[in-house]
Amino acid sequence: MMFDLKQLYQDVIVDHNRSPRNFGILEHADRKLEGYNPLCGDKLTLYVKMDGDIISDIRFDGSGCAISVASASLMTEAMKGKTIAKAEQLFNDFHHLLTAENAEPDLDRFGKLAALAGVREYPSRIKCASLCWHTLHAVIDGNAAAVSTE
Amino acid sequence: MNAVNKQKTVFDINKIRADFPVLTRKVHGLPLVYLDNAATSHKPIQVIETLDRYYREYNSNIHRGVHTLSEEATAAYENARQKIRRFINASTDKEIILTSGTTESINLVAQSFGRSTLKAGDEIILSQLEHHSNIVPWQILCEQTGAVIKVVPINDAGELELEQYERLLGPRTRLVAINHISNALGTINPVRKIIELAHSYQAKVLIDGAQAVAHCVVDVQALDCDFYCFSGHKLFGPTGTGVLYGKRALLEAMPPWKGGGDMIRTVTFEKTTYNELPYKFEAGTPHIAGVIGLGAAIDYVNTIGIQAISDYETGLLEYATAAASTVKGMKIIGTARHKASILSFVMDGIHPHDLGTILDHHGVAIRTGHHCAMPVMDRYAIPATARASLAMYNTREEVDKFIMAVNAASQVFK
Repeated sequence: MMFDLKQLYQDVIVDHNRSPRNFGILEHADRKLEGYNPLCGDKLTLYVKMDGDIISDIRFDGSGCAISVASASLMTEAMKGKTIAKAEQLFNDFHHLLTAENAEPDLDRFGKLAALAGVREYPSRIKCASLCWHTLHAVIDGNAAAVSTE
Repeated sequence: MNAVNKQKTVFDINKIRADFPVLTRKVHGLPLVYLDNAATSHKPIQVIETLDRYYREYNSNIHRGVHTLSEEATAAYENARQKIRRFINASTDKEIILTSGTTESINLVAQSFGRSTLKAGDEIILSQLEHHSNIVPWQILCEQTGAVIKVVPINDAGELELEQYERLLGPRTRLVAINHISNALGTINPVRKIIELAHSYQAKVLIDGAQAVAHCVVDVQALDCDFYCFSGHKLFGPTGTGVLYGKRALLEAMPPWKGGGDMIRTVTFEKTTYNELPYKFEAGTPHIAGVIGLGAAIDYVNTIGIQAISDYETGLLEYATAAASTVKGMKIIGTARHKASILSFVMDGIHPHDLGTILDHHGVAIRTGHHCAMPVMDRYAIPATARASLAMYNTREEVDKFIMAVNAASQVFK
């Protein structure tokens, strides 16, 4: 029983929840968007600064469960310095990792993000992990409306 | 009353638990500890068998067939209505409108009573403790009529501020809609006093009793409420069943809400005349099996006695509250003096959602989130709480398992 739970709350996730990276308002952000999960009340704001088509800086702010905070923290780490095309690719791969059925994902490819793969086993929690990603996806698309997971 | 009439019931927890088949199941390899009763309660075998028997032996439509099955179904359906009437002590079956649940009951009152009587500037009083289903129907009504909503605030313990309530009452108050027991915090509201005060301003009162019927005695005549709403599924009955009690004179004066079969007397394209109470408000084929099942649930509750249930749960809540006070970082939200068996809480450093997942791994089912009562969360400036809600079949051993699981969750985030 505890083994399963440890698959979800891996050390990486507990650590990123306790000390989220890139947390707080980003002054002079080019783009800013709020994501909201009405199911649990998770709310986060994502700030992005672009240098051409490169994400030169990215931060987030808000409150949520350990899964959503850790996911946002890990995502900002992974996205910093990426081109928009690379960011989109990672979004698609990560989305596939969380939602594809019967897939045997190549976890090594995801680095630290692989810690979030355990969420697959918890259908009601996938939205927690994906909130920040959908928000980023909308930011990149230039969609100005706030993102909701519903 | 002589001794023979005074039927003494014995609260036998083992016997009660044995009546609920789901309580024997395991979750993640551990015995289920079901503490989400405020969301919905489980069903005893007596209810399950009643549903089964209906579909196996006399499934048919009611109020129209002359054949045997239809007559049996109609009799069972109307018999259930009588059981409901007696359970809440209404004076006639005509005052018992069967609906799909509390939400539909409230919407019926808003759209029938409210829309036909409220005018622009009229006032509806709600409380900060309300479930969304006792807020949104009134907001819709206000958009339609120009009426306005006033809100009774709560104090830090989660109790209504009655002085503020008295101040809100006035010549424009038409309706007060307040819950009997708060689903988010467990507060038992002083509904009798609320009703009395409203009536002194000639305002009508709707009580949302969704959380109350399974946990305390409800006597609509003693309360003198104008409307009382509840759901069957929180009273050990089937989902999709509900009740609207309304005073007969009010119901008679109210226009129909939903049109359809069963609610009419005659129909022509020129003019339709409506059926008498309670059928005027019961359009379409209802959840026949569900209503008969709700009757069985009420029979079941009566064999134990609602007062005995209430007393048992009070003891269990005291035990759980004391146990919770020993957990480091656990803070109870809602500490009213009069409380039903609901323990809403937050944990230092653990989001309720994570807590819910971890407790589930220990077999413990709780609810996490805003409990469809976002204004309550706003009052305490929190996004969500974890909520353990106890029912008559829960035990102290289960409370111990719950507390152990909460402590285990603290270890995960240590």
